[in-house]
Amino acid sequence: MFARGVVLTGFLFLLGASAGSGQEGKSYPADMAERVQACTPCHGVQGKGTTDPYFPRLAGKPAGYLFNQLEAFKSGRRKYPPMNYLLAFLTDDYLRQFADYFADQRPTLPEKSPTEVSQAVLDHGHALVTQGDLDRAIPACASCHGGSLTGQSPGIPGLLGLRPSYISAQLGGWRYGTRTAKAPDCMQLVAGRLTEDDVRAVAAYLADQPQPSDPAPSPAGSYALPFACGSQPEGGK
Amino acid sequence: MRRTTAIFSAMLALAATPMPAAPQSPQPAPPDVVKKGEYLARAGDCVACHTAPEGRVFAGGRAMPTPFGTLYTSNITPDEETGIGRWSSDDFYKTMHHGRFPDGGLLYPAMPFGSYTKVTREDSDAIFAYLKAIAPVHQPDRPHELDFPYNNRSLILGWRTLYFNEGEFKPDPGQSEEWNRGAYLVEGLGHCGMCHTPINALGGSSESEAFKGGLIPMQDWYAPSLTSNKEAGLGDWSIEEISDLLQKGISTRGAVYGPMAEVVYNSLQYMTDEDIRAMAVYLKSIAQDEPAPPRPSVRTEEASLLISLGKTVYDKECASCHGFEGEGKPPHYPPLAGNQSIQMESAVNGIRMVLNGGYPPATIKNPMPHGMPPFAVSLSDDEVAAVVSYIRTAWGNRGTPVSAAEANKLRSAPLQ
Repeated sequence: MFARGVVLTGFLFLLGASAGSGQEGKSYPADMAERVQACTPCHGVQGKGTTDPYFPRLAGKPAGYLFNQLEAFKSGRRKYPPMNYLLAFLTDDYLRQFADYFADQRPTLPEKSPTEVSQAVLDHGHALVTQGDLDRAIPACASCHGGSLTGQSPGIPGLLGLRPSYISAQLGGWRYGTRTAKAPDCMQLVAGRLTEDDVRAVAAYLADQPQPSDPAPSPAGSYALPFACGSQPEGGK
Repeated sequence: MRRTTAIFSAMLALAATPMPAAPQSPQPAPPDVVKKGEYLARAGDCVACHTAPEGRVFAGGRAMPTPFGTLYTSNITPDEETGIGRWSSDDFYKTMHHGRFPDGGLLYPAMPFGSYTKVTREDSDAIFAYLKAIAPVHQPDRPHELDFPYNNRSLILGWRTLYFNEGEFKPDPGQSEEWNRGAYLVEGLGHCGMCHTPINALGGSSESEAFKGGLIPMQDWYAPSLTSNKEAGLGDWSIEEISDLLQKGISTRGAVYGPMAEVVYNSLQYMTDEDIRAMAVYLKSIAQDEPAPPRPSVRTEEASLLISLGKTVYDKECASCHGFEGEGKPPHYPPLAGNQSIQMESAVNGIRMVLNGGYPPATIKNPMPHGMPPFAVSLSDDEVAAVVSYIRTAWGNRGTPVSAAEANKLRSAPLQ
């Protein structure tokens, strides 16, 4: 009880602090890069990603999204044993500092690998990402993740700099219920409507996109989401 | 003799136990007793087992995998139907002291009543007062899933005959008050022996083997001996170093990891400086024996190849934090030269640290720990075996080389 109380109090404190301070004043110490060295073999220096196809880039994703993932790995709601293990005994305060650190990083996108799919598949991916498929009630990825696909603060991640196999694996995780998020779990709804071919096309298209001119996520509330999403509680219309 | 007496009195208790009575005194316990109870519940780390992942605190339901099947912990909130709301302090003491439910039923020894039996009546009552003061959670207990024949609770009687010594802690008049307080906490509420005393095929541990270490079943972590200075015996550590390890999770000699990180995170970090010091005094005193040096288990020509590859891997991947001479940067990056944890006969923990990495627990006195990367992805079995062999034998370390097969086997060790 007491432990949770301490964690919760610290968490609220940080929420209050970050809400007030905006961009100025880092919430993490100067040597944060050293403290997150445990993340680098899989996620790369500054969270920029590695050549490994499975592990995601963390750099520049919104802090709220990163914190939600860290908290979900810690509690076991998002299952990946090596991550569950690493975070099990860290506090929410500290995980929020991890999130803030990676959110602030702006390394260039990792070099993309040549795509392994046909132009027709890329075109199908392009259509789903930018327009969705109204007949199947699939919203465009861009309608939540932004026209430049860099996400929206605080909870919607950017989709660039990720390898196709990682994107496929996450969409698959949502479709089969092994990855979940706070209710209403919008990604689970969307992913459930995708076919295997859709997943392949979206993953290939996203992984083939160039570095955006501005990699920062859009500010909170800068555009309305097409539906309610538990990870972005104020974003739905 | 004592054991026989215990069994007889337990059987008498079985015959004489009435059904749980309604609580006799509805008045809440005084706040200072509740507060003391909260502290003692921490010392007993009740929350670790009686709370499920993402579950309500103390509402039970955590799966406890054992070699005999899966047990689910019980709801110990004061809910009248599904928790301990209708228990009396006598009922509670009976579970702590005798390992029996209010109706006389036998507890599985996953509940450490073999240690909690040492807890005084006064402390048991305080813990009970605290548990009665927390918010009730209505959550029925999940039935255990035990394999035949272990689903027969009467077998516990046999287990108890062999391994259960009932009785409160008896202070040793030849020792200081501080030492006795430490012994009471380590042997009683701390239930350190649940991991640090070897467990045999029947899930039992014997007093003569107390604190001699062993592989923790189902977890694939080695709980080092607390009595051997070649393992985690703390005989040549200072009181301050031991206290830091227990309370902060890090010290200039080493950091906690694996299951011990959970103990520090949930329990030890909240203990007072005085109690931590008392435990340190006691732990230092029980570390005495010096076992024979371990024998190499890998052929020498293979070992020398491994060690030369190991140095290459070490200098590239490990030296930036742990130093080219294994000197570390204490307390955040532990020294590896002379580190007992690395030289133990069992290499399980060293291999797992390389594969899985890990953060020491975030504690009140070390809220932002530095972590070690997992190398399971980037190093091959040969490289893991090589680097572990190297750190176990370099800089005067007296461990033995390990094989790639041993490293491979631990890739599938559970990460819970």
